[in-house]
Amino acid sequence: MTDAIATNETIVVVGGGISGISAAIEAAECGKQVILLEKNPSLGGRVSQLYKYFPKMCHPTCGLEINYRRTKANPNLQVYTMAEVNKIDGTSGDYTLDVTLKPRYVNENCTACGACADAVEGEYDDEFNYGMKKRKGAYLTSTMAYPQRYVIDPAMIGTDDAEKAKAACTVNAVDLDMQEETISIKAGAVIWATGWQPFDANKIQPYAYDRNDNVITNVEFERMLDPFGPTGGKILRKDGSEARNVAFIQCAGSRDRNYLKHCSRICCMATLKHTKLMRECYGADENWKASIYYIDIRAIDRIDDFHQEVKADPNVTFIKSKVASVTRDRDSGNPVLNGVNTEGYHRYANEHDLVVLAVGMEPSVKADQLPANMIGDGSGFIQADAESEAGNGGIFAAGVAGEALDVNRAVQNATGSALRAIQVINRVSSTEA
Amino acid sequence: MSDTKSACYICKGCGIGERLDAGQLSNIATREGRMQIVKEHDFLCNAEGVKMIRDDIDNENVNKVCIAACSRRAKTEAFNFEGVMMNRTNLREGVIWIRPDDEESRETTQEMAEDYIRMGCADLKYMNLESGSGQQLRNDHILIVGGGVAGMTSAIEAAQAGYKATIIEKSGELGGWAGKLKSRTPSVAPYADPADTEIEAMKAAIDAFADVTVHLNATVAKTSGAPGRFSADIATESGSIVTENFGAIIQATGFNAYDANNLEQFSYGKSADIVDQAGLEALALAAGDGAIKRPSNGAEVKRVVFVQCAGQRSDKDGELSYCSGHCCSTSIKQAMYFKDQNPDIDTQIIYTDLRTPGSAGEDFYRSGQRKGVTFTKGVVSEVTADLKVKLKDLILDEEIEEQADLVVLATGQVPNAGINIDAVVSDEDNAGEEADNKIAGISVLNLDYRQGPDMPQLRDGYADSHFICFPYETRRTGIYATGTVRRPMDIQQAKDDAAGAALKAIQALENAALGRAAHPRSGDLSFPQFRKEGCTQCKRCTVECPFGAINEDEDRYPEFNESRCRRCGTCMGACPVRVISFENYSLNTLGEQIKACDIPDEFEEKPRILVLACENDAYPALDQAGMNKITYNPFVRVIPVRCLGSINSSLVIDAVTSGYDGVMLMGCPKGDNYQCHFVRGSEMAHERMSKIEDTLKGQGLEPERVQPHEVSIADIQRIPQLFNEMGELIGEIGMSPFKF
Repeated sequence: MTDAIATNETIVVVGGGISGISAAIEAAECGKQVILLEKNPSLGGRVSQLYKYFPKMCHPTCGLEINYRRTKANPNLQVYTMAEVNKIDGTSGDYTLDVTLKPRYVNENCTACGACADAVEGEYDDEFNYGMKKRKGAYLTSTMAYPQRYVIDPAMIGTDDAEKAKAACTVNAVDLDMQEETISIKAGAVIWATGWQPFDANKIQPYAYDRNDNVITNVEFERMLDPFGPTGGKILRKDGSEARNVAFIQCAGSRDRNYLKHCSRICCMATLKHTKLMRECYGADENWKASIYYIDIRAIDRIDDFHQEVKADPNVTFIKSKVASVTRDRDSGNPVLNGVNTEGYHRYANEHDLVVLAVGMEPSVKADQLPANMIGDGSGFIQADAESEAGNGGIFAAGVAGEALDVNRAVQNATGSALRAIQVINRVSSTEA
Repeated sequence: MSDTKSACYICKGCGIGERLDAGQLSNIATREGRMQIVKEHDFLCNAEGVKMIRDDIDNENVNKVCIAACSRRAKTEAFNFEGVMMNRTNLREGVIWIRPDDEESRETTQEMAEDYIRMGCADLKYMNLESGSGQQLRNDHILIVGGGVAGMTSAIEAAQAGYKATIIEKSGELGGWAGKLKSRTPSVAPYADPADTEIEAMKAAIDAFADVTVHLNATVAKTSGAPGRFSADIATESGSIVTENFGAIIQATGFNAYDANNLEQFSYGKSADIVDQAGLEALALAAGDGAIKRPSNGAEVKRVVFVQCAGQRSDKDGELSYCSGHCCSTSIKQAMYFKDQNPDIDTQIIYTDLRTPGSAGEDFYRSGQRKGVTFTKGVVSEVTADLKVKLKDLILDEEIEEQADLVVLATGQVPNAGINIDAVVSDEDNAGEEADNKIAGISVLNLDYRQGPDMPQLRDGYADSHFICFPYETRRTGIYATGTVRRPMDIQQAKDDAAGAALKAIQALENAALGRAAHPRSGDLSFPQFRKEGCTQCKRCTVECPFGAINEDEDRYPEFNESRCRRCGTCMGACPVRVISFENYSLNTLGEQIKACDIPDEFEEKPRILVLACENDAYPALDQAGMNKITYNPFVRVIPVRCLGSINSSLVIDAVTSGYDGVMLMGCPKGDNYQCHFVRGSEMAHERMSKIEDTLKGQGLEPERVQPHEVSIADIQRIPQLFNEMGELIGEIGMSPFKF
């Protein structure tokens, strides 16, 4: 592949989650040339792994569909997947990005017919489902994947399966010799939208995530609710039985000097949503219970209604407590939460079927590990900065790379970042005109 | 239609060739579809297949192309021919992938494909190339209503991008509420201390931009027009009216402080030493670097209590149900005013949930703790006029009383969004001419729109917004709400939000200049046209347009204002005399597709179920059903539509009276948490269908033959199931008596 067609009037957006997609499309629809880089095989990022959004309980794929359609229709916007930025050189109005493109082993001939996946046998952990499910070595991330093109797991290269995939493809789309390559891309401004990853729950030793199968994280719980997810839409324990008495531990690893000192803003709302999804899941069957162990419920602004609705649900209990530990009941093997309910100071040792750790968001790329000089705050988020040479220059954070945000605020923030990038480009164009 | 040449290309790849008789499909395209060129290809989306089509376009002057291959959502980069009318007939996701691959199913599967070819050709036949309205203007001037932090930020950001801005501020100075603060909560690490509001710097920046004009003590007396050609009458300080043209509008009219006089339990107004947060800012500004004094006697404050959620998050009448978001951090900041000046002053914040999100919020909270601010989880039931604060301490689980010498009530933000036009409309329905007297509030924009003078509002009086995925999308194209008029927020968020709103305003005016639609049909050049001689001036279209795009002209005919239009087609669905259409989407393109489908006679026992599916959600769900190989009833015929709002009742009645056994309308969830991308389209469709029951009964038809459904893009299993249930229902009630 030759270098991307880009000039110092091009905006490069790094990260194809909801913030990056929004920034890229909004800028492209203003008539700017935009290149969107995503390290995964398809766009969508974390939101594509969510089953429903709070507070409307609607599906993220609904908004993604519109954004993908806008992307397909816009000639100003080029998308590169499996792309990672190694280095950004230059100054505002004149950047060069050094970008590695990983091999997909499937070229643009692919029609997403699925013949390669049908032909292969080996299975691998499915990242889209946080490893709770297996997928084939030739796969489409999900049926909503964009670009709608299969990808071959590099671990499958060199196996019989690889040859089977190649043989099964009638359109010559499988290219097992595809190599990694490095390209360089010019840009006037860069929008950094690399988003977040769930905090590693293994680090929170007292909560036994690493040693109790019935302690999971909120992002894993979310995947269970998807009818096409690892449990077919059922809330299950590791042994396959239904979890009906579920504990949610808020601020698991958040607002805590030992782990993440910041508040991720979304986890309270995510848990409230999860209790609503439990009600949806169990339908008329009232035999279920959710217990929320919390410090403060941060259902901020107009969405506090949502909190009030959940509070009114007789099957949901709120316990003001930072849980001390999760142990195992000797007889049942069930997880037991130990701590003190600080409202009235009551000690408890509560047994549950399933424990969900509401882990927070940490920046996928911490500010001090960025391939360019940018100012971070103590939690690794990129500091907001109007374009300045002393600061971040013509590189602008968008979405959760800059601050822990929910989807709505991430999109707002990304839209603003798109404008700041456009300001640089318009200045470049007027100087060169 | 003299200059058209139509071609149909049938792909045999991805198993289509094995599962279907492509030769027969070609015959149908030629004989019934009247396609002048019909070609089959083994792999239509590869370079060679695409070249074949491209050559016909270039050399044979083909300008109408039917691609009978995969879904319109697939291989869009291959099948991308500018200036050509195109139909994507979906034989893959829509036929072979949703039918079992067995001998028994072969015949009905083939018939399904044949019908889709007929329908695709019919669609093309009545399709015209979108030509744009020719009314485009480019105006790079943005009107900003409101000169607070959001309005000022929008102006600065727009000017930095090279656009002109005019700020209309009703008061005598810029800055809004932020201008009345001593300091703001910090936005830069280490987030430890109150920070400068930077309002003076922003004012200086605005002064320095030649392209930013400010009108103080001014209001907008009238707004008319559309994106690219808005015209605003500005009532200026001098009393004169200045009329100016704008490309787009930003409404940044902010909030009013909640009236603490409503909070009798907190004795506001009964003691000068009980203030709201704005009152405390005034005391702090008056104190300068010195100690903050009690308003009642000028004594230094020794013990201040902050009551959080005062009249907020409350179900009491007249109080606010929501949380204003910023007040926890604001109280911490205000407690620091005292602590930073004199650490011995006792500052206590009484809260139920302390809401300081992010790293900025948490670091600031910790800084407050370090500075010795006391935080008490409790619910305040009463503040007496002599400043006794009675609360239930939730940790000690007991009723306690604190004596303060200053009490600060953290009251909320009340949006200043102008007139609630929906309330006005319902008043009109009920009270006719008296409605005007009942209109509460003062209009902000004074729009001369048929549907009312301001933007529609959501609950609690906030200006409408799509809220999650597309936060800026309002129901008034080219007018964007930003800041606290849209949702409660703090300064940092308002600045972020205002930059985004400035981008959307820029985008709206740039698109208007090119005649392109705004979100979600971005780039669409088609727009509604109507046959004037058929119009009865019934006004349905002007009432039902979800975007208030349609006004009435002097002769009382509809005036479509195409740059306000989102191209959903709700007007086309509303029109009782069927005179509204788009060049590339019309009652003809839909009606002829419906007619084109082969209706076997009653005795063949092959019913026909027409499905009108929203192209945004239901159709992608069906594609995914195909990708998951979920099979469904072979008698279903799906037509993707822009929005269910575009479905005219007459289309449905025509379908059931021409032999279809059932009609299903698949749209998005409606109501308060609507998911319809065109806000009300799905709702309108449901309403229209409820009104045709009598017509159906009059024809001797069972009303359940017509079913509107609310479905989502994730109903990948449910939609096929609904199809199958419809099939079963027809089995029970029998075939339509209208098979001719």
